[in-house]
Amino acid sequence: MGNFAQAYSWVDIRFLLQGLGVTIYVSLISIALSFIVGLIFGFIRNMKIKYLSAIVGFCIDIIRNLPLLLIIFFTYFGLPELGIVTNPILASIIALVIFEGAMLAEIVRSGINAVPIGQMEGARSNGMTYMQAMIHVVLPQALHKMIPALLSQFVSLVKDTSLATIIVLPELLFHAQIIYSQNSTYLIPMYLIISVMYFVVCFSLSMFASHLQKKFNS
Amino acid sequence: MIGILTSHWSEFITGFGNTILCSLIALFFSLVLGIGFALLEVAPIKFLRIIAKIYIELFRNIPLLVITMVFYLVIPQFFFKVSGFVAGTIGLSLYTSAFIAENIRAGINSVGDGQMEGALSNGMTYTQAMRYVILPQAMRIVIPPLGNQFINLIKNSSVLAFVAGFDLMYQADVVALSSFQTINTYVIVGVFYLILTLPLSYYMRYLEKKLN
Amino acid sequence: MKKYRRIWLLPLIFGLVFILAACSVKQSKNKNVYQEVKQSKTITWGVRADTRLFGLMSVKTGKIEGFEIDLAKALTKQILGKDAKAKFVQTTPKTRIPLLKNGNIDAILATMTITPERAKQVDFTKPYFPSGQSLLVPDSSKIKDVKDLNGKTVLAVKGTTAVDNMAKFAPKAKVLEYDDYGQAFTALKAGQGQAMTTDNGVLAGIASENRGYKLVGGTFTQEPYGIAVNKGQTKLLNKLNQALVEVKKNGTYHRIVEKWFGGVPGFKEVENE
Repeated sequence: MGNFAQAYSWVDIRFLLQGLGVTIYVSLISIALSFIVGLIFGFIRNMKIKYLSAIVGFCIDIIRNLPLLLIIFFTYFGLPELGIVTNPILASIIALVIFEGAMLAEIVRSGINAVPIGQMEGARSNGMTYMQAMIHVVLPQALHKMIPALLSQFVSLVKDTSLATIIVLPELLFHAQIIYSQNSTYLIPMYLIISVMYFVVCFSLSMFASHLQKKFNS
Repeated sequence: MIGILTSHWSEFITGFGNTILCSLIALFFSLVLGIGFALLEVAPIKFLRIIAKIYIELFRNIPLLVITMVFYLVIPQFFFKVSGFVAGTIGLSLYTSAFIAENIRAGINSVGDGQMEGALSNGMTYTQAMRYVILPQAMRIVIPPLGNQFINLIKNSSVLAFVAGFDLMYQADVVALSSFQTINTYVIVGVFYLILTLPLSYYMRYLEKKLN
Repeated sequence: MKKYRRIWLLPLIFGLVFILAACSVKQSKNKNVYQEVKQSKTITWGVRADTRLFGLMSVKTGKIEGFEIDLAKALTKQILGKDAKAKFVQTTPKTRIPLLKNGNIDAILATMTITPERAKQVDFTKPYFPSGQSLLVPDSSKIKDVKDLNGKTVLAVKGTTAVDNMAKFAPKAKVLEYDDYGQAFTALKAGQGQAMTTDNGVLAGIASENRGYKLVGGTFTQEPYGIAVNKGQTKLLNKLNQALVEVKKNGTYHRIVEKWFGGVPGFKEVENE
């Protein structure tokens, strides 16, 4: 047990909390941006605009069928070739937004599809334009249907930030690795505490999700 | 780019093979575990439901990479030696099984209580009713979400690269570092992944449409 | 069904589009890095953060500390003047060359051995530190020499020369590769292999902090470290070589070596190389 007491000294805990801070910071920004990106692109794909929808659809399908790890490599190593200088935080956020945005777009697409076509037709025959019908009639119902999927995708996003250790993003797992690689007796205490930290963050997000869902249902 | 592909053909194929192998093994075990825990989750005994709930929430809320690392680094210190491939496959199986269990539970719930009651009143036991009436119907409903879990599983198998599991991503690193052509190598590997995931993803969408 | 069958062609088309898109990304960079660092008065160094004695992140301060960090600071001041700043980007052997080539870092000072293959990708300065490959094993291990590794599992780090050398010195050894030294050593502790191999200085740093592990097999290669800059950055390369000579002459180099390697056996004669 001595290991545990030593491993959880204030210096180490503070270092882990800094990592947790980066995890949460990157997650929050990525969640917000990827939600917007997902909504827009899922929407465009559904509008059946000639060519545009098809092209957007192709891109979404390619991105969401690739491992996130690859997308992280592409943003970290590839973006600078286009003249955009990246650091691990920026590259991680961009990678997460691209990948999770595509995943969310797919959820939005199937959410809109799940709304019976009669709803749209009814709204249109009542004199609404396509956009009006979409925004006031179809989208609210679709959003309601996709909330569980959306939120579990957000939880996935938080967990996925750990993959960015590969490009030395100073997040929770990475900081734990730094600590236990300098003192290898801390290996088990470190994995124990970061598992708890990840669990607390993700589980509270899930709880918040089901709370929201209940609120929507009532 | 074609040059890298031909000169490192054996590395890519080994990696591709290992990724497929690991995905299939993990698919099998995550299905078995997933169905098992889904059944526990709807079991009429509260204790079993709690156990299933803990298992599912635990593996759903901890990153796959952390689970895999624990199997690779911690377990060998106490129990038995685990190779990177095995650790990755175990991690993938446990992680995916939690998601599959949730999908199947939702499927079972959507079949409806009436079916269960009807089967029971026809003289079936709980197990029989589950086995012959509820589960077959539930499985049909959950095929599209299960397909998506399988696609996620294939993509997630890239964590093997962290634990020297000789999968596609690990080989990509090896090739990228010896050829110094980072981006090109990862593009090739991306195409390999798409060969696996894209047809599956389109098939799932087709099924989804058909079911609607 | 007829319509559906065509879907199987899509992966092929996507693959092609993808390849084309990636090819068009490739472009050469003509910027003069020396001009840029001179203007910003900052050199961005790619360094290690997992290597005791050379570059290790301190859990206490969150800063990277080590021989190479001090050397980088000294070189920066030597080239750009007293008020210049050295910025550090943490790299691994896997990420350092791509990061240098794509312009994220100006120079690599990260336990990087000068090799002919690498010299085709980047330009090296004169060596700044002698090094050679060695082995780290548990105290109880029977492994005495690199030849003993045949048939055993050896742990190394992706993108290091240690991986290539294994094929030469112990062709029957199975090599597992990790992303950094911390991961490789943790894997050794977990029993994932019988030995870890890389440069002696790196291993000495690990052995000094972890009881129960020893270096064996001496150094079976000669692999001095050099600073790497992108191809064509001759001006920066010349300035770095010049600065290396100067810090050796004015005693700064000696001081830094003493500070980090003074207490480590086998590194007394470093500066004579």
